[in-house]
Amino acid sequence: MNETVTPADPQPVVMAQNPIGKVVAVTSGKGGVGKTFVSANLAAALARRGLRVLVLDADLGLANLDVVLNLYPKLTLHDVFTGKATLEEAILPAPGGFSVLLAGSGMVEYSRLTPEVRSEFLRVVHSLVPRYDVVLLDTGAGISDVVLFAVSLASEVLMVATPEPTSLTDAYATIKVLAGQQQRDQVRLIVNQTSRAGSGLAITRQLQQVLDRFVVGALGRPFTLAHLGDIPADPEVRQAVMRRQLLVKSLPDSPAATAIAQIAHALKEKLAAKSG
Amino acid sequence: MSSPSAAQPVDLQALNLEDARALLEHDAQNGDREAGESATHYLQRVIDGLCDLSLKDPLTGLGNRRHFHAVLGRSIEAVARTGDSVLLLLLDIDHFKRINDTHGHHAGDQVLRAIAACLARCVRPMDTVARYGGEEFALILPHCRPGFGLVVAERVREAIAALTISVAPLQTLRATVSVGGAYAPEWVRSTAELWIERADQQLYRAKAEGRNRVCLDQPRELAVSAEEKGLLFSQLDLDELPPPGVPAPTAHRVNA
Ligand SMILES: Nc1ncnc2c1ncn2[C@@H]1O[C@H](COP(=O)(O)OP(=O)(O)OP(=O)(O)O)[C@@H](O)[C@H]1O
Ligand SMILES: [Mg+2]
Repeated sequence: MNETVTPADPQPVVMAQNPIGKVVAVTSGKGGVGKTFVSANLAAALARRGLRVLVLDADLGLANLDVVLNLYPKLTLHDVFTGKATLEEAILPAPGGFSVLLAGSGMVEYSRLTPEVRSEFLRVVHSLVPRYDVVLLDTGAGISDVVLFAVSLASEVLMVATPEPTSLTDAYATIKVLAGQQQRDQVRLIVNQTSRAGSGLAITRQLQQVLDRFVVGALGRPFTLAHLGDIPADPEVRQAVMRRQLLVKSLPDSPAATAIAQIAHALKEKLAAKSG
Repeated sequence: MSSPSAAQPVDLQALNLEDARALLEHDAQNGDREAGESATHYLQRVIDGLCDLSLKDPLTGLGNRRHFHAVLGRSIEAVARTGDSVLLLLLDIDHFKRINDTHGHHAGDQVLRAIAACLARCVRPMDTVARYGGEEFALILPHCRPGFGLVVAERVREAIAALTISVAPLQTLRATVSVGGAYAPEWVRSTAELWIERADQQLYRAKAEGRNRVCLDQPRELAVSAEEKGLLFSQLDLDELPPPGVPAPTAHRVNA
């Protein structure tokens, strides 16, 4: 049995539309690997490089971006969806010099992607795009409809994984779905919490080998897993999260912050190459 | 201003404990004060007994609907964050009305009790068994990989079908159940109501397809074969990976 689609999800989400140039999705195969930490700090690092950045909590209530950024807004994405707030009212300035649109805990039931959520989501993303250089989507983990839909809007997909076997297996499974269902030809891998230099590159190569053997053949077109960077396991990360601070701001010279700054640099180049 | 202090003794006479005691006695949990028992200890015992009762179905001794909803709500929150595979099974006794009509309500009650006891025997300590409605039971099974869901549900169904239920001297009955099941959605925020609805749809299907059977709403699988995993991990330097002996991760699943 393969890819059983439950009655709750009548149609599988394929490419919803053409991916939007400035939209970058941060996703993962399993939860808790550091997506939100990466999204927030990457946004701050990109902002420092002069880009206008907005992070959208596309995990619809599970992202914990509010906790990471220490922001508890009255009006959220949920209020925008339900028409209680305008987009302007719900966008907040975050401590790292970028903007955020938080989902809030009022987002209760979004495991089913209804046509309404879908069109609202789309409307929000489309009205954000002209105002920013980069719109980062902090998506949920796995392959639920909402995640696949959010990812389908992005021209760049950043897959976060840790070197742990479960995380790698789930990342691989998710990449397979993105390559197949969404007709992507590339996903970028960020290996978080590495304990040794160079391990992320080795992991990327190994994943590419498995993809070449088991996926690319069936696709009939090339697919590349590109290594975007590694973030070392760094005790400061936990400290920063606990203190509700952005690591790239509070400890810019720490190993993890340095790594994120490098990733931001690389990503900025890729985006510039794309639009230019 | 006088405030009640912790040291102030409780005046048991001033409390109206008769109803509480009657409830506890009725359920064979002794509500009487024991000789030499302190007032605080006695009150604590009465309160604990009442709390226990409020979550229990009196006929079968299983968890009641309230208990079921509390566990289900907690499970769905946990799954959203942990990605654990939690299976909800709803079981409905087939033709229960016919049993009641033909053999009387006492016989009906015996059937409910026998099935409840059988369910309690079928599950692991971490599982939750509840009487969900009149002739409906629910099982919440954490750490139940999708590959095993059907096996577990079938085992439960067969165990019940194999029961010989004595309802009166020299009179035994057999009963069957239809089972509908659904897994909690992983890594997404959802609601217990939706989860129940999905299991209920499967229960409806099991009834429609002829009863005494199991229908499951299988989750969307992250399909990774043993060969793919073999190639993925064969070359990787194991320094990054946890040492052998660490329990195998459960979040991913192998598709047969
Ligand atoms: N490089 C790192 N070094 C050490 N600890 C880290 C690192 N990256 C993340 N962590 C720890 O992992 C925790 C989880 O991170 P985070 O909440 O960003 O994960 P997530 O993938 O967004 O999770 P969820 O799926 O729940 O949204 C952080 O609170 C932090 O303590
Ligand atoms: Mg998160």
